[in-house]
Amino acid sequence: MATKTTPPQAAPAVTLSKEEILRYSRHLIMPEVGMEGQLKLKQARVLLIGTGGLGAPLGLYLAAAGVGHLGLVDFDTVDFTNLQRQVTFGTSDVGRRKVEAARERLANLNPEIEITVFETMLSSANALELFRDFDIIVDGTDNFPTRYLVNDACVLSGRVNVYGSIFRFEGQASVFGYPGGPCYRCLYPEPPPPGLVPSCAEGGVLGVLPGIVGSIQAMETIKLILDKGETLVGRLLLFDALQMRFREVKLRKNPDCPVCGSHPTVTKLIDYQEFCGIRGEEAASTVSVPEITPRELKVRLDRGDELFILDVREPHEFQICHLGGHLIPLGDLPRRVNELDSSREIVAHCRSGKRSADAVAFLRQAGFRKIWNLKGGILAWSDEVDPKVPKY
Amino acid sequence: MAVKVIIPTPLRPYAGKHDHVDVAANTVGEALSSLIAQHGDLRRHLYQDDGRLRSFVNVYVNDDDIRYLQKEATPLKDGDTISIVPSIAGGSTGNPACAAFALPRTAPPGLAVPPMES
Repeated sequence: MATKTTPPQAAPAVTLSKEEILRYSRHLIMPEVGMEGQLKLKQARVLLIGTGGLGAPLGLYLAAAGVGHLGLVDFDTVDFTNLQRQVTFGTSDVGRRKVEAARERLANLNPEIEITVFETMLSSANALELFRDFDIIVDGTDNFPTRYLVNDACVLSGRVNVYGSIFRFEGQASVFGYPGGPCYRCLYPEPPPPGLVPSCAEGGVLGVLPGIVGSIQAMETIKLILDKGETLVGRLLLFDALQMRFREVKLRKNPDCPVCGSHPTVTKLIDYQEFCGIRGEEAASTVSVPEITPRELKVRLDRGDELFILDVREPHEFQICHLGGHLIPLGDLPRRVNELDSSREIVAHCRSGKRSADAVAFLRQAGFRKIWNLKGGILAWSDEVDPKVPKY
Repeated sequence: MAVKVIIPTPLRPYAGKHDHVDVAANTVGEALSSLIAQHGDLRRHLYQDDGRLRSFVNVYVNDDDIRYLQKEATPLKDGDTISIVPSIAGGSTGNPACAAFALPRTAPPGLAVPPMES
């Protein structure tokens, strides 16, 4: 190239202001951090994928610790159901963009740091570009496609991936993509196939759990920055909150790993929805079953039609609210189908209409013909017919 | 050999809600067979139709992945702990789409539907 190269300039020496010294004094007086470590934190660039349950303690602790540049990626808005665990947000934040509410909270916590927000959904199109400006990526997402996307983008861009995930009372944490260490695909080469899909009833999480697992991720991130102690590279930490038990298993780098192995077959980002079978699953879920809207159902009930209301939610959901239906949880339906009379008109419902669509599809396979799915479930019933029915 | 099999949260509904099950077995394969003999619903969650362990289910003897031992032929000794560790993906929103195990969308072919009355 003919262009003149500029001589390398010495980076301005990074120092701490008097205010920062006071703010970080409990770090500075620890030999494991000290001035050297605090300056490393100040120069660190960490990208948080997700500002929700895991992202909340991550953002708060990393900001408080003085990580100099935090990036926040989220496309979502704060709603009331988030407040049970996403402690970055307050009640007045409901309806706001999560990245904006989080930026305000973290900037208030520590105005000394730089915060960049990306109000977007992480995708194969933007991941590598987003990762470029950061040293460490922290995965606080909540679905398989994004997990695999974060992993592959980290491996392809040589970034460390601080991983945590939760389910109900159980958590996992590890550090993937560290030079020489395993990646998420070494642990789980493939996602669950589309044939086995979650049902809504499987959701739910105890609010403290992401607090614990996200805090573990924050600790690992800080140790990676400080280059101190032993991180979770090569280990998968398993946490069972109900038993209050931590265990760990060994992780190995898989030489045949499709993305980080010696002969990788994944050399660029792919379509992760398709990889996880989501697209096919969505198609399957739109398999049309006969539907009835809440208003139509109300009209028919009001005129005295003898409809049999089948509630396919779980018993603990029935306790929250119900429409007076006959409760058979979706999972019990195959063996309790004899409780239903196929000569009667049946309306199946759940919370949102997804599980009951499965129930209707199943019952139609079993020969039921006079059966409808309540469109939008109990949520739509509350919106359109009876606002006294609580939404959850 | 008396060994303990630890059941992860997503599989507990199919294992009588137990967090662990004690079995007697000489190999990992035997231990899993014994587990399935006690809790038949676990089979389709642990194994593919071709009889192989599902790829998103990892099995460990103590803290070692059986893929790097002798897989299901891995021998056991008294007091070993077997962990079944499925992939879980939850984190941000309590999204239900976060665990590998749940009900298939339609009843699996083997699941008998009682004959209709009319």
